[in-house]
Amino acid sequence: MAALINVPAKARRGDIIEIRTLTSHIMETGFRHTADGKLVPRDIITSFTCRYNGAEIFRADLFPAIAANPYLSFFAVAKESGRFEFEWIGDNGYSSTASASIIVE
Amino acid sequence: MPTTRRQFLSLAGGVAAAGTIPIVTLRPLQATPAMLNTAIRNVVGEAPIRTGKVKLDIPPLVENGNTVPMTVTVASPMTADDHVKSIHVFNEKNPQPNIGNFYLGPSSGRAQVATRIRLADTQKVVAIARLSDDSFWQVAVDVVVTLAACTEEMN
Repeated sequence: MAALINVPAKARRGDIIEIRTLTSHIMETGFRHTADGKLVPRDIITSFTCRYNGAEIFRADLFPAIAANPYLSFFAVAKESGRFEFEWIGDNGYSSTASASIIVE
Repeated sequence: MPTTRRQFLSLAGGVAAAGTIPIVTLRPLQATPAMLNTAIRNVVGEAPIRTGKVKLDIPPLVENGNTVPMTVTVASPMTADDHVKSIHVFNEKNPQPNIGNFYLGPSSGRAQVATRIRLADTQKVVAIARLSDDSFWQVAVDVVVTLAACTEEMN
């Protein structure tokens, strides 16, 4: 699945950088009905994790109240060059990953 | 000036409305904050929740409840000794009171999280931060929603 990741390519050691992620997902709430009265089953992303060179730095539990195509923005201290890895996990075995690298001077 | 029938009826109607409306509307308003409180206690436990430190940026008037931008910021130095461990966001009148739990730490640098949420009705949104000393701080914001989300029919 397509994900948009925004991580600065370069930062100075100790800088606080903003990380923005957007992934495409319907985030079906499980509270909607079809026109003939059937409940539409829930299908959401339930968990998001960001790891920086292997160490978890941000995690989120998501609920149906998160809008479709979940957008998340958070911050991190640029400590060393390396990779940010992102993982989305959801209903019906949904799993998706993305990554971005940063050069810290 | 003599009282006309029309004036009398409108007056009587006004008195009747003033007498009955609070009873009719108070019931649903009291039922849902109980759900909100239960959800908050599930996260916080018995700990006291103080007001302050947390800032919740959300539009006060929302036209479309399907995507409402929201930013939570907590005043914290984000050091190893004094940082925000988690941020929890709740609502009052969606079918489910939870919106999201966000876990951060000293390596976050800044205690700020932004996302987009759904709101099913005009209601209160509550953000609670858990600090590294396990104290809880909260803020509540009222949001007016014109077009509701979550429960509409599929086409």
